[in-house]
Amino acid sequence: MRLELGNIFIKDVQFGDTTKVLNGVLYISKQELLDAVSGDTRLTSIEIDIAKPGESTRIMPVKDVIEPRVKVEGSGGIFPGFISKVDVVGSGKTNVLKGAAVVTAGKIVGFQEGIIDMSGTGADYTPFSKTNNIVLVCTPTDHLQQHEHEEAVRMVGLKAATFIAEAGRNITPDEVKVYETLPLLDGVKKYPNLPKVAYVYMLQTQGLLHDTYVYGVDAKKIVPTLIYPTEVMDGAILSGNCVSACDKNPTYNHLNNPIIEDLYERHGVDYNFVGVIITNENVYLADKERSSNWTAKLAEFLGLDAVIISEEGFGNPDTDLMMNCKKITAKGIKTVLVTDEYAGRDGASQSLADADKSADAVVTGGNANEVIQLPAMEKVIGYLTPADTIAGGFDGSLRPDGSIMAELQVVTGATSEIGFNKLSATQY
Amino acid sequence: MIKVVHYINQFFSGIGGEEKADIKPEVREGVVGPGMALKAALGADMEIVATVICGDSYFNENIEEATAEIITMISKYSPDLFIAGPAFNAGRYGVACGSICKAVKEELNIPVLTAMYIENPGADMFKKDLHIVETANAATGMRKAIPAMANLAKKLAHNQEIGSPVEEGYISRGIRKNVFKSERGSKRAVNMLVAKLKGESFETEYPMPVFDRVAPNPPILDLTKAKIALVTSGGIVPKHNPDRIESSSASKYGKYDIEGVYDLTEETYETAHGGHDPVYANLDADRVLPVDVLRDLEKEGVIGKLHRYFYSTVGNGTSVASSKAFAHKFTQELLADGVDAVILTST
Repeated sequence: MRLELGNIFIKDVQFGDTTKVLNGVLYISKQELLDAVSGDTRLTSIEIDIAKPGESTRIMPVKDVIEPRVKVEGSGGIFPGFISKVDVVGSGKTNVLKGAAVVTAGKIVGFQEGIIDMSGTGADYTPFSKTNNIVLVCTPTDHLQQHEHEEAVRMVGLKAATFIAEAGRNITPDEVKVYETLPLLDGVKKYPNLPKVAYVYMLQTQGLLHDTYVYGVDAKKIVPTLIYPTEVMDGAILSGNCVSACDKNPTYNHLNNPIIEDLYERHGVDYNFVGVIITNENVYLADKERSSNWTAKLAEFLGLDAVIISEEGFGNPDTDLMMNCKKITAKGIKTVLVTDEYAGRDGASQSLADADKSADAVVTGGNANEVIQLPAMEKVIGYLTPADTIAGGFDGSLRPDGSIMAELQVVTGATSEIGFNKLSATQY
Repeated sequence: MIKVVHYINQFFSGIGGEEKADIKPEVREGVVGPGMALKAALGADMEIVATVICGDSYFNENIEEATAEIITMISKYSPDLFIAGPAFNAGRYGVACGSICKAVKEELNIPVLTAMYIENPGADMFKKDLHIVETANAATGMRKAIPAMANLAKKLAHNQEIGSPVEEGYISRGIRKNVFKSERGSKRAVNMLVAKLKGESFETEYPMPVFDRVAPNPPILDLTKAKIALVTSGGIVPKHNPDRIESSSASKYGKYDIEGVYDLTEETYETAHGGHDPVYANLDADRVLPVDVLRDLEKEGVIGKLHRYFYSTVGNGTSVASSKAFAHKFTQELLADGVDAVILTST
């Protein structure tokens, strides 16, 4: 499976009469965008705003971030199972509005959504202070159930990104990147002397606003399976999370999974990157056992020499991470884990809820409990008040001057467990 | 001027060795013993105004009382900083340094600092609470310890940011701090993967905590038929220590025949242990290795039999790895000899 990703560099986003890309500037027609995303009776209003890097702007509570991508060649369309039919994606050509992002925000759904600051300390931690953000602030009807609220806002985000990406359909990309994964046996034949490597991609599926979808299927209901890396780049996996923002993967991060990108980079040189095993993180022990048995079985079945395993979330999924690590290692396959830490505000506690001696190669996205100070911003898109109650906030987090003192947890994407950021933690 | 109070034990103050380990806390104006070198290293704007001295045994046997007494002594000088040690591998001295530092930090609310060998029991007990400069295992490491202590002391006194354990030379406190690296996490993971595949060295970013748990064996159902062995880390050996087991950081253990021995006497047995006052152990080694009592129990039929050999080593300053290796070896013999249970004594 071969995919050409055509990056169209977006330097700026502005409102305009029509939605288009011209000389690296993305123009958004508010009316066209509203027409494209409206119609869900569960939402009473949708407001559109723009937030640019360096501005004194805070977006909160953030539900999801999505990169606009459009399929220009090859089967299927972006976000199969939601926006497009469930045709197989991941081959042909896809254009990307690189540097632009759709952000869904508005009244809090649960209690654990994130903050994106476009400048100041918070901007150092979130990847989305570097993108030009089209923010959709959605207001639900009264008494709307949380899971319905989440679903309604999720669909607005996906529709908005799809609509905006159409503006890039006929633009010649500034840069084309080619990614290719051969069918397993062909791939092995091509690099007979290289060690075989795969990526074990753990998807957050604890339920109750902790959900991830694969081709439209709730990943709670899958058994671990194989997927071509390029399928992920076309939106085969997307976020249904409205929980602890720092280490859940926004849809943007799935589309741009850096482990996949970086594994491709040395593919054919240091190893043979044969593919991706997706698995889930369900809460029942039997599910954990079954899924971890299955990832180990698939790893063995593929004849792998090594895997990178990434976690999503913390606490309960730490067990899934360790089970995967232990069982895959027991097959004689080398492992590297990517996680983040909850070592307490003072950093003195044990970082994970589970540990195993086989986990001897771990990359961490940082301690999510560390307290940070977020200065007041001139402009707020959304609502400041949930600062005291979102995960990572505490009574008094929001100060009268609009500044926030809270745990790093509150920042969207800050401790990414797919290694999106440069943040790490070290032992003092 | 930054005022510093220094704490040392009876040995480093020149009062005496083990025989003086029971001296009560006392305070002297100015520097004593290693305080001299420390004073020089601290520089002109810091002054050691007083030195508190206490015997290691006295402190460890009267922890609460001694701590309170020492805190009172220290607080009279209203110091800005408190330094204890270096204790090197002296276990009770290390524990005293750690305990007092912790108490001073909590009660007087000033920065504190101590120094010791990484395997000193005081290091494990207090590294989470304190900055403990890592030293060699013996006082010959004084020349290296003093500048490291002084550097960290200056930073603490001036409320400067403290760098990583490697940069500053203190024992890792197990505290996790966020840092930005030069490469993103995914890249670091791929690099680690390649290193692991090639068998090259790599450094995990999160060393897994290790829980070394020993599950208890099921109880002996019938003690009257059980063969019991004695094992000790209290260093009990036949007089004159025939195997030359080291008094600290033992590299070996001894196996001794007690066939026909009913009582360990001053003439026949002694301790090789260098980490505690040996007087009472030498007077009657049964206090550490209760051969006499087990012979009684054997006669009374409470236990089946006392095993013919006992195993002994010195726990003082001996690493966990060495201890494990010893036990791994002699346990095989105990099993082969049909021993049902072991009484393990320590000091």
